[in-house]
Amino acid sequence: MSEELLKLTCKELRDKIAGGAVKSVDAASAVFDRIEEVDGTVGAFISTFKERALETAAAVDEKIARGEAVGALAGVPIAVKDNMCVSFGKTTCGSRILEGFEAPYNAGVIEKLIAADAVIVGKCNMDEFAMGSSTENSGLKKTVNPWNTDCVPGGSSGGSAAAMAGDMCFASLGSDTGGSIRQPASFCGVTGLKPTYGRVSRYGLVAYGSSLDQIGPFTKDITDTALMMNVISGRDERDSTSVGEDMAPVPDYLANIDTPIEGLTIAVVPQFNEGADGDVQAALNAALDVYKSLGAEIIEIEMPHFDYAIATYYVVATAEASSNLARYDGVHYGHRTADAKDYIEVYSKSREEAFGMEVKRRIMLGTYVLSSGYYDAYYLKALKVRNLIRSDFTKAFEKADCLMMPVSPSTAFKVGEKTTDPLQMYLADIYTISANLAGVPGISIPAGFDLDGLPIGLQILAENFAEEKIMRVARMFEKQTDFRLASPQL
Amino acid sequence: MSNKIDELQVRTVAKLARLELNDDEVARFSVELSSILGYIEKLGELDTDNVEPLAHCLAIHNVFREDVVKPSLDNDTALANAPARHDEYFKVPKILDDAGGA
Repeated sequence: MSEELLKLTCKELRDKIAGGAVKSVDAASAVFDRIEEVDGTVGAFISTFKERALETAAAVDEKIARGEAVGALAGVPIAVKDNMCVSFGKTTCGSRILEGFEAPYNAGVIEKLIAADAVIVGKCNMDEFAMGSSTENSGLKKTVNPWNTDCVPGGSSGGSAAAMAGDMCFASLGSDTGGSIRQPASFCGVTGLKPTYGRVSRYGLVAYGSSLDQIGPFTKDITDTALMMNVISGRDERDSTSVGEDMAPVPDYLANIDTPIEGLTIAVVPQFNEGADGDVQAALNAALDVYKSLGAEIIEIEMPHFDYAIATYYVVATAEASSNLARYDGVHYGHRTADAKDYIEVYSKSREEAFGMEVKRRIMLGTYVLSSGYYDAYYLKALKVRNLIRSDFTKAFEKADCLMMPVSPSTAFKVGEKTTDPLQMYLADIYTISANLAGVPGISIPAGFDLDGLPIGLQILAENFAEEKIMRVARMFEKQTDFRLASPQL
Repeated sequence: MSNKIDELQVRTVAKLARLELNDDEVARFSVELSSILGYIEKLGELDTDNVEPLAHCLAIHNVFREDVVKPSLDNDTALANAPARHDEYFKVPKILDDAGGA
């Protein structure tokens, strides 16, 4: 019974709960039983809210019993990345500097989940401050890939993706600064959308690279992506970069989800696909064949500045991080050294003791590129190249509805395989990073498996605020394939 | 090969960043940051003389709101996570020594 329950999508579960066929309390109990059963192995959660979740679920069941209207996620158990503030538990951001931190307010997306009657299960592990591609940079715990527990789940939203692959929630939220939703979605065989910069409020999201960060959902299928986006999208006056009615009204993402795009034109960039492993290239080509069979036209284009995206990103993101993370001062909240003789030492020793290596590395790099004498050569130069990268996308979307490419050059790699050389870890972000620099939305959907049975994602990118188009294109593929229905054995 | 950023520079940057790095970290970052900066220098291959810098992806400029007072956190809530407090203040070690003062 509970195994069947855990296989439902959000939409299916919500409709069963709202119709009285399933009790929200039973869905929540099934989720917590599952967490007890497998999360000792997977390590997806940093904290869980069992008592609160069961109370919320019971309240939803009572509302339904009384015949009251319920929200779009009524009674559906949802997990969130631990960089989104909640007022009813801890928010660590995967860092020892925030171990024990209890935010005084809920993030905008948390408010929206609550308003939609979702049941918040817990907070998911992540690379410290979202800096990483494997979740190995978490200062608090290890997370492994449910498909092969010797492998990483991807990152930085590795816990949110692993919780989905392990059936420990029905949808989850992650954040994507350089691929941190799409890459773990690919590695864990689930669907993950990075919305357009500005589509979803970041109020209450712990900041990393503020001109790049965006919150988005992990789901079992595209219908659930649309459902989640209906709940979390829109302007929030507390995030001045969020966009609403005046610039880009939020559509009902569910309304046209099953309507294919007529005369679909897909752009590919052959020179970059060659950099991916054979199995990854084969999955991309097989997906393109599916689209061709549906009448789509595939065109080959060049993205002349794409090859500069990683260098640009590691200047822009680290510069912004060095500024954002200056707030961890050992005074206002978070870890404070026991060993300081003056105010400066409170600051510098607290940070030295509690930040992990990757966070220190990026703060150092960001401070360097912003420092006097290097600002023009590195930071200003990177902002100019960023403009060139964005113009590559603008030109591509004049010729095609969307771009398709791999999500990552490889499938999930082994734990420990890439931790010794930070630059090698950075280079694996090649396919995801440019979307953040340009602000455009992108999705990873399940599109196959490699010879070892590890999932491979297909990335679809489109112009700003074209999430609906991305979902419709992705849904065309989803209807022809069943990769999303496969489950790991845990 | 000499490092682009030597240990002395690493210490200077660490001071700016308020990170009290140990000697091992200083040595390690000199090597690693040099390697990363070496990679970043590929940006120099591009002619960007006539390109505007792009700091923000959307065509949003100033965003204003009505200048009205709104509720904010009360003192106890704002201080609840403070490692040390004194009454309604965050507490830190003395900043000026006894001989100093304004």
